[in-house]
Amino acid sequence: MKTYEPIIGMEIHVELKTRSKMFCSCSADWFGKKPNTHTCPVCLGLPGALPVPNKIAIEWSIKLGLALNCKIPSFSKFDRKNYFYPDLPKGYQISQYDQPFAINGNLKKVGIRRVHLEEDTGKLIHQGDSTLIDFNRSGVPLVEIVTEPDIHSSEDAKAFLQELHRIIRYLDISDADMEKGSMRLEPNISVGTGEVPDYKVEVKNINSFNFVKKAIDYEIARHKEILEKGQVPVQETRGWDEKKAITYSQRLKEKAHDYRYFPEPDIPPLIFKEKEIKRAKDQLPKLPGDKRRELKELGLKDDDIEIIIDDIATLNFFEQALNVVRLSGNREISAQEIANWLVNKKINIDKQNPKDLIMAIIAKKQNSQISSDIVSKAIDKVISANQKAIDDYNGGKTGVIMFLVGQVMGATKGKGDAQEIRKLLEKKLTYG
Amino acid sequence: MSENSLTKDEVKHIAKLANLPVTEEEIIKFQKQLSETVDYIKTLSSVATQGVEPTSQVTGLKNVTRTDEPAPSQTQEEALSNAKNTHNGFIKVKAIFNEQT
Repeated sequence: MKTYEPIIGMEIHVELKTRSKMFCSCSADWFGKKPNTHTCPVCLGLPGALPVPNKIAIEWSIKLGLALNCKIPSFSKFDRKNYFYPDLPKGYQISQYDQPFAINGNLKKVGIRRVHLEEDTGKLIHQGDSTLIDFNRSGVPLVEIVTEPDIHSSEDAKAFLQELHRIIRYLDISDADMEKGSMRLEPNISVGTGEVPDYKVEVKNINSFNFVKKAIDYEIARHKEILEKGQVPVQETRGWDEKKAITYSQRLKEKAHDYRYFPEPDIPPLIFKEKEIKRAKDQLPKLPGDKRRELKELGLKDDDIEIIIDDIATLNFFEQALNVVRLSGNREISAQEIANWLVNKKINIDKQNPKDLIMAIIAKKQNSQISSDIVSKAIDKVISANQKAIDDYNGGKTGVIMFLVGQVMGATKGKGDAQEIRKLLEKKLTYG
Repeated sequence: MSENSLTKDEVKHIAKLANLPVTEEEIIKFQKQLSETVDYIKTLSSVATQGVEPTSQVTGLKNVTRTDEPAPSQTQEEALSNAKNTHNGFIKVKAIFNEQT
């Protein structure tokens, strides 16, 4: 029996949420807008137009690189990636080739090869014998993150992508909304049998973490089957069919692309001083890893930590609620108690504010204090009014306890929990 | 005739990359012309470049960027004014199969 080792790398595209496009001042808010209403000579590739890079997009790419523990080279430049396809009207995409903004990072033990900045393409709608083009999206800043092939299971791939997604959301540089296509996932998969495999299969543009996992599992099984027969899977690009939960061949004749990269002559190089990079690093916000540690120090359960940090809005709500408690000097509400309410009671953080949550917790505590006082008084009353039942109970007819519980429930008008009352009664009758 | 002639396949490949249909006659014609062009460019290799830093820019400019401020775009009519065919505000072209890069 041979052992098979899946070898997986990821390419992730993330649309930045800048206000304007990457190389021109057209609004980058393209989603759901009328076609071809967000264009200008630059993003339509008209002759003579001059692209000028968006400063914020560059800063955010560097921020992301730093958050992924990358090195930021002091010299960087844009290049032209030439290809003939109508999703970009220039005949090339402005991208970065050999000198990207960030290199050699890591996240969750996965090497980050590079983080580079490019422009998104227009949207094509294929309709029978024609194709419709909308250039509103063309030129929107797009960051590409490329990992080393360091991932060895579909679970790890999913966990890696989820953490990357959190980081992007914490950095507040993209909506990273996969349904809108602002984060797109492409795993490269091969299966090794001891030696380094000499092929890889790329699955294009998947828009959910679960689909990535399924696509990887599907590919691993497919490759194993081919390898079992002593053959090698074909190196190719495949698509993901989410209805059938299979991948399918997209381009059989996959050869090295002839993109003829060359330096973008219209854009001077970008040069960063060490102290600028250091400042950017110092200004990074707290990331999911930092928050995980902080919440752990507060004594929260691991499962709750993961739920709270998963979504930055939930995390912010939790921290604000915690702050309300701290400022009020109330020592009776623990961090875990807030977490319990947030995680188990499915608090709608869009509708409730943190202060209300704390008020609700306090009210509930006081209520339960009041009701336990009432219950305790009722028990005393019931015991003194039902001497015969008590004698029966002490004589071994323990079934009579249910009668007493009923009496207490009646006396408290349903306040208090039957199980709880039974326990209290038994305790009282046994120990006095 | 040039010293390092491009092959016919190379000419076809270049034509394909530029999405240009070429006839057999044109291939022969371009084979000669393109080879001459490449030869001409080769003149550059006679320049002594020892000790010269490679560069792709000669203007001396660096860090030319713009602030992230949106400005009005062209109207849809303007955007579509050069398109041969349009449909409901889209530019319409002959069907393109999924060869996206």
